[in-house]
Amino acid sequence: MDKKQNIKRNTKDYTNEYPRWQPWMKESYTILIPDMLPWHFAIIERLLKLEGYKVEVLKNDSRAVIDEGLKHVHNDTCYPCLCTVGQYIDALKSGKYDVNHVAVMMSQSGGGCRASNYIPLIRKALKAEFPQVPVLSLNFSGLERDSSFPIGAKLLLKLVFAIFYGDAIMWCYNQVKPYEGVQGDADRARDEAMELVMSRFEKGGYARYKKIIRSIIDKFASVALTGERKVKVGIVGEIYVKYSALGNNHLEQFLLSEGCEPVVPVLMDYVLYCVVNNINDSTLYGKKGIFYTVNKLLYALLHRMQKNIIKIFKKQGSFEPIHDFEHLRKCADKVLNQGVKMGEGWLIPAEMAALAETGTENIVCAQPFGCLPNHIAGKGAIRTLKNLYQNENIVAVDYDPSATKVNQENRIKLMLATARENYGQIK
Amino acid sequence: MAKLMGIDVGSTTVKVTVVEQDGTVLYKSYERHFAQVRETVLSELKKIKEQFGGEFCASITGSAGLGLSQRSGINFVQEVQAAFVAIRRFYPDADAAIELGGEDAKIIFITGGTEQRMNGSCAGGTGAFIDQMATLLNISVQEMDEYALRAEKIYPIASRCGVFAKSDIQPLINQGARKEDISASIFQAVVDQTVSGLAQGRRIKGKVLFLGGPLYFLKGLRGAFVRTLHLSEENAVFPEDAPCFMSIGAALHSAGVKPMNIDDIISAIEGAEGSDEVMTGEPLFKDKEEYAAFVKRHRATDLTFADIATYEGDAYLGIDSGSTTTKLILITPDCRILYSHYQSNNGQPVDIIVDKLKEIYSLSQGRITIKGSAVTGYGEDLIKAAIKADFGIVETVAHFKAALHFNPDVDFIIDIGGQDIKCFKIKNRAIDSIMLNEACSSGCGSFIQTFARAMGMEIDKFSQLGLFAPRPVELGSRCTVFMNSAVKQAQKEGSSVEDISAGLSISIVKNAIYKVIRAASADELGDNIVVQGGTFLNDAVLRAFERETGKNVIRPGIAGLMGAFGAALYAKEMSGGVSTTMGEEGLEKFSYKSNSIVCRGCTSKCNVNIITFADGSRFISGNKCERGAGRKPASDELDIYSYKQQRLPACITGAKGTRGRVGLPLQLGMYEQLPIWAGFFESLGFEVVLSDKSSRELYFLGQHTVASDTACYPAKLMHGHIESLIDKGVDFIFMPCESYNLDEHDSVNHYNCPIVAYYPELLKANNERLNKDNFIMPYIDLNMWDNTVKKLCASLKKYGISKKQADDALKEGFARFEKYHADVRAKGRDITQKAREQGKQIIVLAGRPYHVDNEINHGINKLLTSLGLAVLSEDAVFDEADLVKVNVLNQWTYHARLYRAAEYACRNEDVNIVQLVSFGCGLDAITTDEVRSIMEKNDKLYTQIKIDEINNLGVVKIRLRSMLAAIEEGKKLKKA
Repeated sequence: MDKKQNIKRNTKDYTNEYPRWQPWMKESYTILIPDMLPWHFAIIERLLKLEGYKVEVLKNDSRAVIDEGLKHVHNDTCYPCLCTVGQYIDALKSGKYDVNHVAVMMSQSGGGCRASNYIPLIRKALKAEFPQVPVLSLNFSGLERDSSFPIGAKLLLKLVFAIFYGDAIMWCYNQVKPYEGVQGDADRARDEAMELVMSRFEKGGYARYKKIIRSIIDKFASVALTGERKVKVGIVGEIYVKYSALGNNHLEQFLLSEGCEPVVPVLMDYVLYCVVNNINDSTLYGKKGIFYTVNKLLYALLHRMQKNIIKIFKKQGSFEPIHDFEHLRKCADKVLNQGVKMGEGWLIPAEMAALAETGTENIVCAQPFGCLPNHIAGKGAIRTLKNLYQNENIVAVDYDPSATKVNQENRIKLMLATARENYGQIK
Repeated sequence: MAKLMGIDVGSTTVKVTVVEQDGTVLYKSYERHFAQVRETVLSELKKIKEQFGGEFCASITGSAGLGLSQRSGINFVQEVQAAFVAIRRFYPDADAAIELGGEDAKIIFITGGTEQRMNGSCAGGTGAFIDQMATLLNISVQEMDEYALRAEKIYPIASRCGVFAKSDIQPLINQGARKEDISASIFQAVVDQTVSGLAQGRRIKGKVLFLGGPLYFLKGLRGAFVRTLHLSEENAVFPEDAPCFMSIGAALHSAGVKPMNIDDIISAIEGAEGSDEVMTGEPLFKDKEEYAAFVKRHRATDLTFADIATYEGDAYLGIDSGSTTTKLILITPDCRILYSHYQSNNGQPVDIIVDKLKEIYSLSQGRITIKGSAVTGYGEDLIKAAIKADFGIVETVAHFKAALHFNPDVDFIIDIGGQDIKCFKIKNRAIDSIMLNEACSSGCGSFIQTFARAMGMEIDKFSQLGLFAPRPVELGSRCTVFMNSAVKQAQKEGSSVEDISAGLSISIVKNAIYKVIRAASADELGDNIVVQGGTFLNDAVLRAFERETGKNVIRPGIAGLMGAFGAALYAKEMSGGVSTTMGEEGLEKFSYKSNSIVCRGCTSKCNVNIITFADGSRFISGNKCERGAGRKPASDELDIYSYKQQRLPACITGAKGTRGRVGLPLQLGMYEQLPIWAGFFESLGFEVVLSDKSSRELYFLGQHTVASDTACYPAKLMHGHIESLIDKGVDFIFMPCESYNLDEHDSVNHYNCPIVAYYPELLKANNERLNKDNFIMPYIDLNMWDNTVKKLCASLKKYGISKKQADDALKEGFARFEKYHADVRAKGRDITQKAREQGKQIIVLAGRPYHVDNEINHGINKLLTSLGLAVLSEDAVFDEADLVKVNVLNQWTYHARLYRAAEYACRNEDVNIVQLVSFGCGLDAITTDEVRSIMEKNDKLYTQIKIDEINNLGVVKIRLRSMLAAIEEGKKLKKA
């Protein structure tokens, strides 16, 4: 509208110099990736290695990680950024790497939330002590053109498969682990499933996803179960603290130890959410162009695959299938507009609603302390959800470098007390 | 049959009860545990063994009880659940229950959908908060309660967090407000916190139970709750067993638990030793020798003394009337100390100073002539008026002067006082940058003090304990509320008092270095560090600082008196030979009366304190502007904020419409887009109704619908604006959702922040008075004209607006919008020109469009004009600056303006920037660092002011005056 023409202005450059990723670095540089989803990232690590990159997913998880993060990023910056920077710096200081031949990689969504600024913040943090380390951005929005991780269509597709497989493994594992008859059986099934996926990427056949998913399900279905039923607890929220054990103080472990079944919605939902947001921009605001067409095609493709996977789950019959993304979108519409697209936006209430509709009424909504989008889509939406699903039992938990485990666990325990009571009534 | 036993281990107390299976309470006890959790529980159990013996079904509950339960194998029940069990048993007709504990606050909604809520990780309003406040007032909690009952008025006090409240209360104390009123205000703050922080959109009504220690013991607090919730006598229930209610619930909950013999319970608890879960660090000192060498090294920087009883000659007086303490020093012209005094000001700084001055006169018996006196600190104005001191000096400058005395090469000064941390970097013998702790990252001296008291010890003894602690606890480094829970965790795990003491000292230092200074490494602090402030007299803190920085620092022996010493040096420097300081006679006659009134000079309605001295002169404080002080206010002429406040509503012509009345809430994005929507709706034939002006009252009006208490204050105020519009009976409220703001072609993207973009969603979800008919919130992108027109038509379908009409109306809106911004820019140029003619410094007070709101900026613009400055805003100047390329992803419209405003300030010598930041604004964590770096690259000062509900400008004033002092120094240097 009213294209206000800026009078031709000079541009003053206030940027600091920073090292760029160069194609030749592929040969000699190790790329460090922060930890978020152990099994997904293990698959991705392997497949990037097969592409000829030296990559390593960081596993450091001590208090020193948080302390390094505290030292290097602004106090008010969100916790995921702090954890990630902490992991990088702690790793770089460990002596395990030749710091002159290391790069670090981070994803970047380009959305309206602070997370899009992680790359510059990481750069700033590294500048103090490791100014030679390049920061790679993994993004699909054309940001950081001189520092983007190069992804062609083929690699992109491989990543998609990796996410689907990681999701299937995580999803099945969580449904088996709380009920395994023999301690360790679920882990063994998971190891076998991982092995299967890895070998497909190595030896070929990784694209035969229906077959692979079926095998994954079968492996978990063969674990002997005790037959008891436990309270199901869903985990939703900001993507990092939702998944990362470092970020959420080992929430899944805690729920297992409390005798619950953790229900963790899959990563592909987040991917689809990002794609759909681009489509929504076009439908909501009338934006047009090839970018939106591509996203529509991509969504159609991914959603078809997801539906096929759901079919396999249903046919096999042992497990609750993953959510259908179209269903999630309908769930979102009951709570708020899909225009709420910053951060995890409408995906959070959508997942909370979908979980309630599929029998998981108890929910931990995990968010970094002071997370802006979560004010609206997390805490702000709880009232509407409660009106829709009377028994929904939600606790919003803030994660933060100094929030103590005891405080968090106490709040979760409160939610669980109500959960058990509701469960008792139903039983 | 076995009896039932409940053990409630809270953050400060242990409650144990024994109950019959039928619910009859046989025994109950309530003991403070002073961090000795296991010991206290054991001694209680032994009493029970003697009295009853036999078998018990036992459960542990409480926030600090989890660890004990896990290690002893005794059943655990979550405390809210325990309360619930007891409520159902004893008060089946209750509708809700409110429980305040040591560090927890909870609400249980029983009828109309059971719900249980607990305070989040950032929440004051608990027993610990009340304790902290009592410490601040230097009275016991019991006394505070008695005071509160005699209150006459309530002051607004920020209630979210203890640190915030402190910064509201301290100035009240310093201004001489009555303890009665302050006490009652503190209780009111607790109530407000509970109602807004916990209820979050749900009204507390019907029969309400009040549980927990504080609500049982404190009548003033009870009264405040009953009044605020409008409860009738029969609906406000204060059970006899309130303090032990959870433990009774735990006991009842034990009915199904396997009975154990009391001996077995005791041995299970005895066996529950602490585990290794708590992170610990290295001891501060290996041994006594190391400590002795440390003490010796620091003794070298003590000043020498002169005997006041024999000295004859001139002297200079320095007074530092600080936030919690009053410091006073008298020096000879060669800087020997004649007299010094350091005392907690007990809320009565004037009395102390008058007393001490009398003492000085009587000791010196006429041999000493005071040639000059200067006052610094929070109480500067008051004390200066009271004793007629010669000079006032900004405290930062006073500290710098004192530090220079000890090390002329000093390049870094850090001062940790009772309430605040101040750091200055020194470049070319002038203050180069100043960092003060933001209200949230406190954890200063008074924090240790409060803790020491909670452990039943004096602060000296408590901190001494930490010196040789074998394994100091890692407590993190954020605000005190977080530290409280970290300590709680450590206690739970059985850490000793020594280790906790050392841990607190270390965390204070970490807080200062990593939170306030935000140093990436110790080298950034410089080579010649002087540390000062009362907190550094504590050897454990000093040691922790040296260890963390890896440097030996100078701590003058008068570390606690440095402000006063600097003031004395200043008096010496400036003295014209004759001092106006009140003499012995004057002091004899000295007396004062204080009373407070609400100023009606403008809409701010400041609580103004008037102190009348015996000679009839008056001192007025608490006023935001000159008007309250009875002086003529500084002219608005050079203040664009005042201009915008008038200009913006003038975008509404006020035409009475034929189509209906539309309400526009003037907050958040509407502060930018009001011209668009006023123009749009008026040309469509609607009458535009604006929400009430922001105020604290307005905030309280909507407080019960606030869903997230950590959102920024502008967002939380929005709830009140909505309420006011509904009350005005408008046909509908219009508030669009906009992911994208207008593209100003100077950034990579042009988003709104998530709060501005989607707040209507939150309002709709949490205000039950809103529905899809009276709240219209279309998703639009103003850069997409046709689509916007279509969307607007669709959302106003009921009114049958044609596309053509909407198109024209939007054009009118944009015309008004362009005009508004053009006017603001023109006014900006006008102010700049006039300021230059008058030789005034110009400040760009840069924030967001909604920072123009007086309730949000607390009148900082007026403070600036009263300091003789001209005030511009970011939107008045950014257009004149170059485009900027910054390190961060520049993707928000409002924030892109900030970078360009900074660039504008850099290209003009007489322009400086002061950035306003709302507490809780996540995006500003990014912009502040970036704006600072732009300024520093151009060798300009950067000043940031964090604002929240706090409406006290004391700290802000110090900051701005320090900034001005630094600018002046800089100018002098350039000339030299």
